[in-house]
Amino acid sequence: MNTVVAGITYRALLGRRRIILLLVLPLGLIALAVLLRLFGETGQRSAMLLMDNFAINTMLPLLGLIAGTGVIAPEIDDGTIIHLLSKPISRPAIVRTKFLVAASLLAVFGAVPTYVAAWLLVSNEDSIATGFAFGALLAGIAYAAVFLLLGVLTRHAVAIGVIYALVWETVVGGFVPGARRFSIQQWAKSIADQISDSAFLKADVTLGFAVPALLIVTVAAVFWAGRRLRSFSLTGDE
Amino acid sequence: MKIELSQVSRWYGNVVAVNDVTMTIGPGVTGLLGPNGAGKSTLLHMMAGFLAPSGGSVTLDGNTVWKNHHIYRNIGLVPEREGVYGFLTGWQFVLSAARLHGLPDPAQAARKALATVEMEEPKDRRVETYSKGMRQRVKVAAALVHDPPVLLLDEPFNGMDPRQRLQLMGLIRSMGADGKTILFSSHILEEVERVAQHIEVLVAGRHAASGNFREIRRLMTDRPHLFMIRSSDDRKLAAALIRDASAGGITLRPDGLEVQATEFRRFARLLPRVAKEEGVHLHQISPADEDLESVFSYLITRST
Repeated sequence: MNTVVAGITYRALLGRRRIILLLVLPLGLIALAVLLRLFGETGQRSAMLLMDNFAINTMLPLLGLIAGTGVIAPEIDDGTIIHLLSKPISRPAIVRTKFLVAASLLAVFGAVPTYVAAWLLVSNEDSIATGFAFGALLAGIAYAAVFLLLGVLTRHAVAIGVIYALVWETVVGGFVPGARRFSIQQWAKSIADQISDSAFLKADVTLGFAVPALLIVTVAAVFWAGRRLRSFSLTGDE
Repeated sequence: MKIELSQVSRWYGNVVAVNDVTMTIGPGVTGLLGPNGAGKSTLLHMMAGFLAPSGGSVTLDGNTVWKNHHIYRNIGLVPEREGVYGFLTGWQFVLSAARLHGLPDPAQAARKALATVEMEEPKDRRVETYSKGMRQRVKVAAALVHDPPVLLLDEPFNGMDPRQRLQLMGLIRSMGADGKTILFSSHILEEVERVAQHIEVLVAGRHAASGNFREIRRLMTDRPHLFMIRSSDDRKLAAALIRDASAGGITLRPDGLEVQATEFRRFARLLPRVAKEEGVHLHQISPADEDLESVFSYLITRST
């Protein structure tokens, strides 16, 4: 962890208007929870629908995309990354720092609002809030790593990330049962299911698969991104 | 410190950007001269560890540059692209460079570097409010902050006003005199010969010439020059000029004379004298091939 790299990265992501991008979705989630509560739609079923469809399926991958690519892709795009890369710091160390920044942002803007929204609907009933918050945290960390890697690999990280989040995670994961095993969202639900005692929550993927999968995906993505940045090339205008 | 390039080539698919270049950059100021698209940036990126050579080797005092982040203790790089975080102030930017280098007293080093490029006064403004010349100087300050023995600058004078340009030229010269190894690229001969003791010329990816500026200047000025001349009596002027050996050939055109001068300096003195003697008024003298491309293409045909 390099504090200078982290400081610059936080400023680039949270500075001025950019923080709005990170705030919109979690605020939307909490607003929905407040609305449901106002209309008396509390209870485990509503909580489950909101957590499943909005927090885990929509907010988390999009936040992962914004934070994961945001910690590195814009710098690669405008060339400012050279400021960091032309220093006697190993490139994998730069990647690890940027990953930690993205992961911390997902914890603050993803996991915490997930807990708050669930708590608004069911308080601490059956540990639903804790389960989803924990699932969101671990899945958010994996998303941060995957999208960071994508930001290092390609200049079209955002487009590819959106397609991945929408097509793979939502459509394929929704209709092709086998593909669910390879979906970060499903792993998040497995963890939520494990922690929570609610009868409404049924995960398709076993915990024995989800936890190692999350770990492997995260570590592999950060490792690969570091290797890739070592051979970062400047191709000039010629 | 020495940067050594040994048979370095770089290609992108079928396009060869740098072709079998061997050169050694030692202490002092070296200018990398060549027209746009000659491969200067590609070569400089390979020296800076930001591009892998497709063939050959690039080393800094014997250590491979590619995939070796330790070289940056000894190298300061000023890239051509802006590459400065707009949301940081000049001070924060240079200080961050000092801290990234792990210097014992980063604030002191940043102050010194900013003073070197005369950027103390606007240092607390955000970089995005800077002019292009100021950004360039703040980049130079960040590259100098760890006092590196090697400095690489890609087109450093682009976008600078004449005063800033002179200031940076003076700075580069004095650092070269202190024994630092400095390489900068430029497509402007005048720029290079004012700063560099040594010039490497790159044309179409090939190492076309190498030497001190007098040798390069002579190579460039002693080539045949082509002029367009309009006067009050073209025919009379042509007859008088052709008597001198410095005029290699003259073509009478409806819109003036096209003169091939074999010896540039001699012809430059000859023309006004002859015009005066013959009582011919000169309306216009324009070089017909003075663009760098033709100078460089002459150098290529010479070197092959």
